[in-house]
Amino acid sequence: MIVRILGEGQYDLEDHALDALNGLDNQIEQAVDAGDEAMFRTALQGLLAAVRSSGTHHDPDSLDESDLILPPPDATIDEVRELLGDDGLVPG
Amino acid sequence: MSLMKRISLIFRSKANKALDKAEDPRETLDYSYQRQLELLSKVRRGVADVATSRKRVELQVNQLEQQATKLQTQAEKAIGAGREDLAREALTRKSGLTSQITNLKEQQATLQGEEEKLVLAQQRLQAKVEAFRTRKETIKATYTAAEAQTRIGEAMSGIGEEMGDVGLAIQRAEDKTAQMQARGAAIDELIASGALDDASQLNAGDDISRELDALSSGSDVEAELARLKAGSAAPQAIEPAEDGGDILAGQPDAVRAEGDNDESGRA
Repeated sequence: MIVRILGEGQYDLEDHALDALNGLDNQIEQAVDAGDEAMFRTALQGLLAAVRSSGTHHDPDSLDESDLILPPPDATIDEVRELLGDDGLVPG
Repeated sequence: MSLMKRISLIFRSKANKALDKAEDPRETLDYSYQRQLELLSKVRRGVADVATSRKRVELQVNQLEQQATKLQTQAEKAIGAGREDLAREALTRKSGLTSQITNLKEQQATLQGEEEKLVLAQQRLQAKVEAFRTRKETIKATYTAAEAQTRIGEAMSGIGEEMGDVGLAIQRAEDKTAQMQARGAAIDELIASGALDDASQLNAGDDISRELDALSSGSDVEAELARLKAGSAAPQAIEPAEDGGDILAGQPDAVRAEGDNDESGRA
């Protein structure tokens, strides 16, 4: 499957590699709910590092859609909330 | 549903909505391609803007570092002249500058990072836009309008996602740059007001310089007096004196500066 890290590009990952990341995904969700910036940062960095290390760069010339889109490495909780909200993202 | 899956879905639907404009699917291709080229030039401008801000911060760092060196020299001179109070003042100001410099260097690193990210984003988008252009021509040449629909949908969602990503990167870079420009303007104002003493200004002189100048001109005067008394006055010391009117007329600032100076009475 294809995973995009915003600001970094797309990675190809084995499906099972992604299953292993679910724990970190839960941590991120808890951190966002609790507004815990430190926990959020740690969990997000962990998730992105795992994607980078277990994935390979997807062909830059492809026009394939990603299966999963992850926030940029320096995102804050507020920015993630914005990504989930009605505004904040300006495509184009 | 997991948070990341929600983010993905929302991101994608926004990206696709932004591109879903034309009625004829082939027109959609051309419309989208125009948007892609516009976005590409927007990224290029973004890279240039961030680079400009970064250079400005670098310039400020240089100015403040020069000033810090100057204050260090002044402190040493003041100690040499036995004026510990002046030396303390100079070092106090220098420590104020040091924290400003550290701050600016962090900003510089952040801007450098944003610049590099945007350059990479530009390269990625460039590759996708090129791929899209090829795909677009193939679709137009090979398929009827009805057949083209699915192919177009695939190409569009792929490029839409990239455009959303790059659009977000530009927005983030702009936000960061704007914050730093506000702080940078404050530093420029400080430098302009002379509070940080721009060393490039004519008659550059903060109060520490003035006191040190006073000390050194005082001792120059004493030394010259001593030479005169010993009957060994250098000829060049006499010649300007004969022509003194012109020199004074040509250097009104110098005269004023001396006028403020207690030592000048003895000269």
